[in-house]
Amino acid sequence: MSVAVREAPIGRPDAPAAVNDFAINVATANGSGSQTSNGVLLRALFKMGIPINGKNLFPSNIQGLPTWYIIRLSKDGFLARREMTDIQVCMNGRTVAEDMERAVSGGIVLYDDSLPIANHRKDVTYYPMPVKDLVKEASLPHALRDYVANMVYVGVLAELLGIETSEIEAALLHHFEGKEKAAGLNMEMVNRAIDWATEHVGQHEGYRVERMTGFNDGKILVDGNTAGALGALAGGLSLASWYPITPSSSMAESVEKYAPALRTDEDTGKSTVAVIQAEDELAAMGMVVGAGWTGARAMTCTSGPGISLMAEFAGLAYFAEIPAVIWDIQRMGPSTGLPTRTSQGDIHAAYYLSHGDTRHVVLFPANPVECFEFGRVAFDLAEELQTLVIVLSDLDLGMNQHISEPFEYSDAPFKRGKVLSAEDLEERQGSWGRYMDVDGDGVAYRTLPGTKHNMAAYFTRGTGHNEYGYYSERPDDWEQNLERLKRKFETARQMVPKPIVDDVEEAEVGIISLGSNHEGVEEGRARLANAGLSTSYLRLRALPIDGSVRSFIDRYRTIFVIEANSDGQLHSILTTEEPAQALKLNSIAKCDGLPLSARFISEQIQQALEEEL
Amino acid sequence: MTTAATTRAARATRRAARPARTNRIGLEKTSYRGRPSTLCKGCGHDSVSQRIVNAAWEMGLDQTQVVKLSGIGCSSKTPAYYLGWSHGFNSLHGRMPSVATGAIVANRSLEVIGVSGDGDSASIGIGQFKHAVRRNLPLIYIVENNGVYGLTKGQFSATADEGQVLKYQGLNDLPPLDICMEALTANATFVARSFAGDPKQLEALLKAAISHRGIAVLDIISPCVTFNNHDTSTKSYGFGRANEIRLHDLNFVPEFEEIEIEEYEDELEVELHDGGTIVLKKLDPDHDPNDRTAAYNVIQRSLDEQKLITGLLYISEEEPTFTELLDITETPLAQLPDSKMRPSREALEGVMAGLA
Repeated sequence: MSVAVREAPIGRPDAPAAVNDFAINVATANGSGSQTSNGVLLRALFKMGIPINGKNLFPSNIQGLPTWYIIRLSKDGFLARREMTDIQVCMNGRTVAEDMERAVSGGIVLYDDSLPIANHRKDVTYYPMPVKDLVKEASLPHALRDYVANMVYVGVLAELLGIETSEIEAALLHHFEGKEKAAGLNMEMVNRAIDWATEHVGQHEGYRVERMTGFNDGKILVDGNTAGALGALAGGLSLASWYPITPSSSMAESVEKYAPALRTDEDTGKSTVAVIQAEDELAAMGMVVGAGWTGARAMTCTSGPGISLMAEFAGLAYFAEIPAVIWDIQRMGPSTGLPTRTSQGDIHAAYYLSHGDTRHVVLFPANPVECFEFGRVAFDLAEELQTLVIVLSDLDLGMNQHISEPFEYSDAPFKRGKVLSAEDLEERQGSWGRYMDVDGDGVAYRTLPGTKHNMAAYFTRGTGHNEYGYYSERPDDWEQNLERLKRKFETARQMVPKPIVDDVEEAEVGIISLGSNHEGVEEGRARLANAGLSTSYLRLRALPIDGSVRSFIDRYRTIFVIEANSDGQLHSILTTEEPAQALKLNSIAKCDGLPLSARFISEQIQQALEEEL
Repeated sequence: MTTAATTRAARATRRAARPARTNRIGLEKTSYRGRPSTLCKGCGHDSVSQRIVNAAWEMGLDQTQVVKLSGIGCSSKTPAYYLGWSHGFNSLHGRMPSVATGAIVANRSLEVIGVSGDGDSASIGIGQFKHAVRRNLPLIYIVENNGVYGLTKGQFSATADEGQVLKYQGLNDLPPLDICMEALTANATFVARSFAGDPKQLEALLKAAISHRGIAVLDIISPCVTFNNHDTSTKSYGFGRANEIRLHDLNFVPEFEEIEIEEYEDELEVELHDGGTIVLKKLDPDHDPNDRTAAYNVIQRSLDEQKLITGLLYISEEEPTFTELLDITETPLAQLPDSKMRPSREALEGVMAGLA
């Protein structure tokens, strides 16, 4: 089945773009309130119906270090990071020189006129903004001045590009959760900037924004961490334990934020979910294991350094067969790496987390809707398979705002897996073995602590055990147990979310990718199609892989495996699991902290194919 | 047949003829046993396991509502040896407290017994130990303290005496951590020290711990007969017998029994959360177990004088437990029906409206 590939923007990359099709890069200092200004800009454009994407490139710092926010407008709906900047806003003296170089030829540079400016380029238009004067004239409370200063560029951009002021006002009210005073103070600054810009800047003829219909209709603007938190709350979450770490903290904080509205018991007014900030990631994972063992749906969220610390518990959950869910919002590794930059560098670590022969179910959400759905799917799989499920999101998906379909409510029963009740035990006259493969699918039956039957109890351990959970050092017990765990992994293969495949009839080249690369891959394919190269695409949504991956590889002459890490980790897993096809698999891997761009993807593929000839 | 054997046989016959004693839920004590111990003969831990069996039986605990958790080490093997009808979890080294936290929050109606050792709690697990105490988890936290690593064959733990000499490791030149002191500084609400060789006191303390509202830390000196039982070790049977000073004689009276003990002059009754009462006949008239400062002083004195001062060092039934603070449903989270584990359609749509 072929899905129509959207057409790529046509024309030279440095040509002045037209309506609703360009990128704005805002350079500010961290902690200066620019997040409010940028968020308001993004939301106002979203509400005008324009397909947009905002990428926040922020430092690991509270105040002072440089931050960039890149807003891409794309009338065609291409929402990957764009490499080119059309309009550069310079608010940070420390980076102004390099920022000014960033704008494309024919582009625009807006800058705070108090910044030290060296050379003006001849090929761009400069607009100095009297930020200090405008702030002074506004006679705002002193403490707020620094924060509202960034509203100046919002106003100037509004006038320059034609962003509707009513949408800016609405976005401010949304940001300040209806607090009119705060929104009003900021709007006053925006209006002053608009007045100034009307006189000194005027409306640009090339770069314009215009209200659109269609693409954004009925959609929401949301980050993946919020989506995952809502999905977990809607998916039966009972206990969330966590330790603060960028970029996952906002997921736990979203659970805390939305739990009262979503999970207060109507009958008693009490909460049906517990959120615990643990003393470290080891304890966070220990709590998940303890709660999962007891029969609750428990999760933790973390990032690379956190999963390293959770490794021992991951092995225990695998071997003692305890349902558990970890959300890993990936950042740059190795080690502390770059805490505020995105990557997909934990694929290997997650799949094989812990010592000995361990393998885990890993899910790869690509957008907020999948974050929401996997919030529940992860629990269903963890309980049905009685094992650890790791959801691999990343900073780009997790922390940046994305246009999304609204999340659908479901009241389908949760899949709680094979649990024996006291009545079940009575029927079996107490005869059961905790690790006995009764059904041949590798998944045994368990009982929950608190089950009122004196044959319910069993002993859980990370040491060698036989079918009844008793300690055993017998070689045959050990081998049987691991054989069953392998059988269980085969069962998992059939249960995890299937890949999304787009087969294009005339294509000879296939692309395999995952997660948040999706927008870049789709746009890259459009660029390639524009240049006469058709490609098919398999977006992997989980490990272990199922048979559809093998048949996809079978169908194409050559396959590119695209991922945002340095070693080509998915490529290496695929070559291990499909050794007969290994030579057809080519790795395209990049790890520079930025979401993959369409240009990178299309150029890499073109280059590789040329070399092949 | 020898005379001894004849006597044994006669005793067994007499036992069989006697109606078995049952507790308040109609069970014999044998129902509270676990699997046979694989620890060394004479290990203090086996004696503690027996005390747990006795206390649970006498309190009439429903074993199906009890879970027993542990970390890793000799002490942590013991949950297999008592309360065979209870779910058990031999978890990771030093991480029993976090697993217990998850279990307790997921099912607040369970009675949770955690067993650990000095290596498990004072060395690798000191962080989790102190945080479990700080949270005042409703958890019985037993440390079977012998000052040495047994399973790895005789290395020093963090509670080993300064100047202690071990066969392979030689001299320990670092000062010990004191479990009770660490518990107190983390604001424990029940701190007791006892001795595996003092069954009566230990049983009374275990019963009081079962009735306590929040976390009950029991530091039990439990000698390792293989690696650290020479008389110069403060964790040996010899030292304990020669140097134990009881702060009080203890009697625990459960809520379901009437108090029928004679009154003493220096007697203190402490009512526990579930209505049970611990009666202390004070041997040391200066010690008031409701006084945190007094508890610090007693511990310091025991360190200074190298004595094993045992008893209920500190207790407070006032502080809320972690589960109480979480404000979660009385129905255990793990037993909620689907309908209570998801939002209403309207609630989710309300959140969606805010994101539109």
